[in-house]
Amino acid sequence: MANFTKATGIKDWLDQRLAIDKVEKVMMSEYWIPKNINFLWAMGMVLVITFALLVVSGIFLLMYYVPTVDEAFNSVNYTIMREVDFGWLWRHVHGVAASVVFLIIYIHMFTGIYYGSYKKGREMIWISGMLLFVAFSAEAFSGYMLPWGQMSYWAGMVITNLFAGGSLHADGLVEWIRGDYVPAQAFLGRFFMLHVLLIPLAIMGLIGLHFGALRIPHVNNQEGEEIDFDKEAKKYLDGDKAGSKVMRFANDFMSKDMMVVGVYLVFFFYLVFYNYGFAMDPVNFDPADGLKTPAHIYPEWYFLWSYEILRPFGIDLGLILFAFAQVIFVLLPFLDRSPNAVPANRRGLFAIWFWVMLVNMIVLTAMGKLPPEDPFSTIGFVSAVLFVAQWLALPIITSYEKKV
Amino acid sequence: MKNKEPLILAVVVVFSLIVYYLVEPYAHHVMHKQVESENFVYADLPAITKTGNVANGKELVMGAGACTGCHSIEVAGVAASMDPVSAAGAYGVNPPDLSNAGVVFDAKFLDALIKNPAEALKVSHKFDESKGQMHPMIPFYGAGGDIDQEVADMVAYLQSIAVSQEELTPKMAYENACGRCHAVGYEKWTQIGEKPKFKYEKDSLAFDIKVLEYQDSLKAYMGKLPPDLSMYYRSRGEHFILTLMENPQNHLAGTAMPRVGVSAESAEKVMEHLKDAADPKRQERAEIGMNVMIYIIIFAIFAILWKKQVWRDLH
Repeated sequence: MANFTKATGIKDWLDQRLAIDKVEKVMMSEYWIPKNINFLWAMGMVLVITFALLVVSGIFLLMYYVPTVDEAFNSVNYTIMREVDFGWLWRHVHGVAASVVFLIIYIHMFTGIYYGSYKKGREMIWISGMLLFVAFSAEAFSGYMLPWGQMSYWAGMVITNLFAGGSLHADGLVEWIRGDYVPAQAFLGRFFMLHVLLIPLAIMGLIGLHFGALRIPHVNNQEGEEIDFDKEAKKYLDGDKAGSKVMRFANDFMSKDMMVVGVYLVFFFYLVFYNYGFAMDPVNFDPADGLKTPAHIYPEWYFLWSYEILRPFGIDLGLILFAFAQVIFVLLPFLDRSPNAVPANRRGLFAIWFWVMLVNMIVLTAMGKLPPEDPFSTIGFVSAVLFVAQWLALPIITSYEKKV
Repeated sequence: MKNKEPLILAVVVVFSLIVYYLVEPYAHHVMHKQVESENFVYADLPAITKTGNVANGKELVMGAGACTGCHSIEVAGVAASMDPVSAAGAYGVNPPDLSNAGVVFDAKFLDALIKNPAEALKVSHKFDESKGQMHPMIPFYGAGGDIDQEVADMVAYLQSIAVSQEELTPKMAYENACGRCHAVGYEKWTQIGEKPKFKYEKDSLAFDIKVLEYQDSLKAYMGKLPPDLSMYYRSRGEHFILTLMENPQNHLAGTAMPRVGVSAESAEKVMEHLKDAADPKRQERAEIGMNVMIYIIIFAIFAILWKKQVWRDLH
């Protein structure tokens, strides 16, 4: 048994039992971050804050939301929006945050790709991040079912239909997922459970893993420079704060995080109060009606690129390519054969690969929402083929890359 | 080392705005039919050339076989001959009370409506006299004099008994223009009126049954039950609703929904009522939004100052 002495104060009492000094050092003051970074490195904190906003607003909404097919729509649009004080505020915060969180996730992802932050020991950061992306996608989809509007119902119908596997006709699997022949009470009930319990738990666990994965390889930096963290940390602790290449996570980096968060929140609350329409599809303000298919069915903007990879092809090939698009990003650290972990602009062909990928995904996103008619379907088809071709080409172009 | 942050920020902002533009304004522009507003001028209807005589109009409106055979005019002491449920059973939809018709509806529209309802309402595709499909409202064929003068007199009378434009509330405008076909559940409005608070459940259920009976007649008359408009302001938006009211055929060719014929001012009031139903907290949102923005900008300023202070030692 450990040796406990009479505590000199509350801090000491806690320190003897929880080692709070050590925890503080590990997590904050001696968690070393390179200085050569830009504001894109604060996206992690921006995501934490957005996730916190989602959890808090979600808790308030959960108090009044009724997960039944008869009451769900009214509990959201009448009870929460009209009867409950500030219910409208929590709903708009939740809806806007759910959309904006994906914007930040994509910025965070493309930052990682651009700076090569998935290589040389940082593979688990990337993989855990992509698992978080999957979990957030499932969370967004299940949450979208809950207001039980027209788009909830029909998106639920379309997406669960994908599990029939095209020509495999696994209709039994689709019924098993829905708990019924069509989306109905059983479907709403289980997606409610997934949205408020199981997936949030998974997300919180994955956030822990994602942070943990950062600990040993440390955060990457703007030039891909390999830093001797022990040496630089010693320099800092010896008083040469300006000469050291690293800084403390708190308060040094934290102050920059908070600066970016501050500016981000101005943007975020502007959207919540003055421009929330993009996050709340008008079609979903019509109650679910299984006998009336909306003229256009489309997912929320953050799923459009993968939806457009599914859409231009026949059902079987479409599903295969859709599945390919879902998993391929996870494999990035292994498909990139180059030894260089430096920014894309110093990697020759990879720089072109990066910008084409980014622009092409924006094209896919736009085409995914536009009606499937020419010229949009042709552009979508070409873009989808290009997307697949780019991933097939990645191992080849990166294996020819010269060491910089 | 050169500061790359402004460039990086510009790249992030530009790409985000491109995505936003393509997915929101552009995609919606492509997906939805563009219908321009005609500003409720009803250019297809002839202008009223005669000056109406109120006293003569009263006689015509109240006369045998004229308006009051079917319509009530409560301000003039003419009660409805049937309750709404029986009236809907007889006509398909409850004929409106005319007390405020003169202020809610455009004068030119009323004039055309009295002479030829199916034309003015733009439902002649549904009511073809040659096939024996009569519109339930019978055209006024004249009382023996100049029909243009007579109808102008009737319109003048209806205008004289109506409340003034200032006194017309958004709720009244809605009830007159839309309320006999479209319920607004979130405002407790049914097609037969506002549902009162009942002490006994039996009475409440009896009221609901009346509503259902009314809706059955309406369904048979219109082809389907006209939708509840509680959330229409958010599901369709202001422009769609106004242009639909103005001429439903512009949006849905062949629809059974008649042209409503409201004046531009009344259309604004109807819109106001639908906003009250679908977005009742918009004032509160604007006020709180301003306070939150001020607070968060102050927070951002402090965060920037804190960063500058901490980083002073790091360079």
